[in-house]
Amino acid sequence: MPTKIEKDAITGTETTGHEWDGIKELNTPLPKWWLYTFYATIVFAVIYVILYPAIPLGGGEYTKGVLGFSQRAVLENEMAELHSERSVYMDRFIAASMEEIIEDAELQNYAMAGGRVAFADNCVPCHGAGGAGGPGYPSLADDDWLWGGTLEDIYTTLQNGVRWADNEETRTSQMPAFAVDEILNAGQINDVAEYVLSLSNSASDAQAAERGAVVFAENCAVCHGESGEGMRELGAPKLNDSIWLFGGDKETIVETISKSRGGVMPAWGGRLDDVTLKQLTIYVHSLGGGE
Amino acid sequence: MLIKHEKIETNVILMLVLTLLTVSIGGLVEIVPLYTIETTIEEVDGVRPYSPLELVGRNVYIREGCYLCHSQQIRPFRDEVERYGHYSIAAESMYDHPFQWGSKRTGPDLARVGGKYSNEWHVAHLSDPRSVVPESIMPGYSFLANQELDVSDISAHLETNRIVGVPYSDEMIAQAAADLAAQAGADEDTDGLLARYPKAVSGDFDGDAGRITEMDALISYLQMLGTLVDFSRYDHDDLQQ
Repeated sequence: MPTKIEKDAITGTETTGHEWDGIKELNTPLPKWWLYTFYATIVFAVIYVILYPAIPLGGGEYTKGVLGFSQRAVLENEMAELHSERSVYMDRFIAASMEEIIEDAELQNYAMAGGRVAFADNCVPCHGAGGAGGPGYPSLADDDWLWGGTLEDIYTTLQNGVRWADNEETRTSQMPAFAVDEILNAGQINDVAEYVLSLSNSASDAQAAERGAVVFAENCAVCHGESGEGMRELGAPKLNDSIWLFGGDKETIVETISKSRGGVMPAWGGRLDDVTLKQLTIYVHSLGGGE
Repeated sequence: MLIKHEKIETNVILMLVLTLLTVSIGGLVEIVPLYTIETTIEEVDGVRPYSPLELVGRNVYIREGCYLCHSQQIRPFRDEVERYGHYSIAAESMYDHPFQWGSKRTGPDLARVGGKYSNEWHVAHLSDPRSVVPESIMPGYSFLANQELDVSDISAHLETNRIVGVPYSDEMIAQAAADLAAQAGADEDTDGLLARYPKAVSGDFDGDAGRITEMDALISYLQMLGTLVDFSRYDHDDLQQ
């Protein structure tokens, strides 16, 4: 086979010099920049394999690389560094009681900064921005507390949750479903709903409310209190104010009585560390209604 | 160089041998590491196959394309660990077919979402995300609450997973339908379920006690994500592969 490189007349490009049955091919090489980039990636790969963990050898062994790099080790160091940075406050923070922390401006500031961040990620989805609350999720920015608003109460609620099945210490109570369990009939439920509304001066049917007072005393007062003042030991909401957990219109109240309701809050002990829990407690306590 | 090139191109046997050689190098580089993949899985206690209800929920998760916006992989970076919790380890997804890793997140990572919210919150959020998270751009999935589960083929789902290596026992496969019902709150007795699937959370997830819906299944799956390994028992050195 003759090997003869010649210049193609039409394109002006050289041929490869190959010829089969009179067919010649043009030699159009890859652009230089492409070719050298390609070579550079090969060189990069070789250097990378030498420096970093790369080749599995079986039995859990692998080439560790000259740098001995491990992202998990990097993280470990970063976290250790972070802890030592924070330890300036942390040691005092851990040692201090929450009452002492809110007295100490510096520690209080530290708690608020950490609490704000933890609150935004963990609490806002239910309790809303700023702890404003929403239907079924109590407002944390007022002084109407279901389970108590002292530092200790808030801490306990955070730690163990509310009606959280996984936690044995969880705060729990169960309101009867008065219609479903056939404790009260529809008329009685209507009456007691009117009575509950009358406690906050919003009843529309005074006669029904009067009848409802008897039903209330027999069925509701044991948890919600004689005058609807609520009971924190059981998380029974106060009924004689205009703050409603699930809604204060009559329809919602009738449904609550009929089917029963009760919010659920996860237990954060174990999920968040104790420092974060303390920070959150102090943050929530400061939102408006801390006792 | 051109001369040598010509030698290969004009010699069919030589070309064949060299082609085989090149292809097998590429093949070996890709295939051999797969034989050592088990050595990359950390030895930790607690990881178990998905319970039947969780598995159905996982199928809903995949069907609805949740993975397009949510990853299930907390990477070992400080910002991720501070936000989501302990970084994900390989052992936690060893029974996933397919895995749900990723780094592209439109929504937050879900690797440890289990136990972070109440069931009621999940129902509200899945039905109408903006009712609880005003800034959310997630679509609503309220229809899941109306889709009753067809559980007639549940044992087949477990068997299929067994074929690809998930250690479902004969007992688990035989009891699949019963375990599913028990976990969804239809049966008070969950001893069998808990013996086969420790830490399985049971109850009426969607607030509709009469039916077992896709909402029940999906929430049961979400509520167990990342909860199986007790990381307080392991430190950095234990998790070295």
